Amino acid sequence: MTKLVYFAWVRERVGKPDETIDLPDSVTTVAALLDWQKTRGEVYAHAFEHASVIRVALDKTHAGHDAALGDAREIAFFPPMTGG
Amino acid sequence: MQGRSVPGATIRIQRDPFDVPAETARVTAGRADIGGIVAFTGLCRDEGGRLRALELEHYPGMAEDEIGRVAQTALARWPLLGLTAIHRFGMIAPGEDIVLVIAASAHRRAAFEAADFMMDYLKTRAPFWKREHLIDGTTGAWVESKAEDDAAAARW
Repeated sequence: MTKLVYFAWVRERVGKPDETIDLPDSVTTVAALLDWQKTRGEVYAHAFEHASVIRVALDKTHAGHDAALGDAREIAFFPPMTGG
Repeated sequence: MQGRSVPGATIRIQRDPFDVPAETARVTAGRADIGGIVAFTGLCRDEGGRLRALELEHYPGMAEDEIGRVAQTALARWPLLGLTAIHRFGMIAPGEDIVLVIAASAHRRAAFEAADFMMDYLKTRAPFWKREHLIDGTTGAWVESKAEDDAAAARW
């Protein structure tokens, strides 16, 4: 099981802050996971429509879209940061 | 209040305001080798009177980790004698402080550069997101990231 967490407008579009889910075995990279999210219904299709701008963190560490998911337990999705 | 342990640095993510003189005193306390200290405070603007508050969302745990990683890079790159980064979250009214970076060194250049670097990296890497709440009672948009912030971070 993998915990998926969402922040800012990604969280609002998905409609929940987090969920715990079994990822398909075929999903092994961040890019594949973003593509898979789009297939999970209208809400997810909308939330991940502009997947290229969505940032991903694997176990609280930034990861590029080409990164392997490895054995990440917590995967976060969020817009570009606007702190500071 | 949440903190993260990076030797040589103080990192905190907190809802409450911070006290700049007290944080500066904490860096200089009990030592006489510091020759320069730079304290940068980022404040919430009123955006021409239209803003009631900024809401700052963050990713607990990762925010501390990421600022800690940036701090470790700064500590490795400049001969610092003190380094503090404090970032607030929650609802912040115009005029209030949002973020504090303090860098101390034997000489001014390292302190200026390290504080500048910390802010540039913190803005583009620390998982915080701002949303505007407007004076007319409506909730505005999530603030969009700026290309100039990425360009600023790329200078280093």
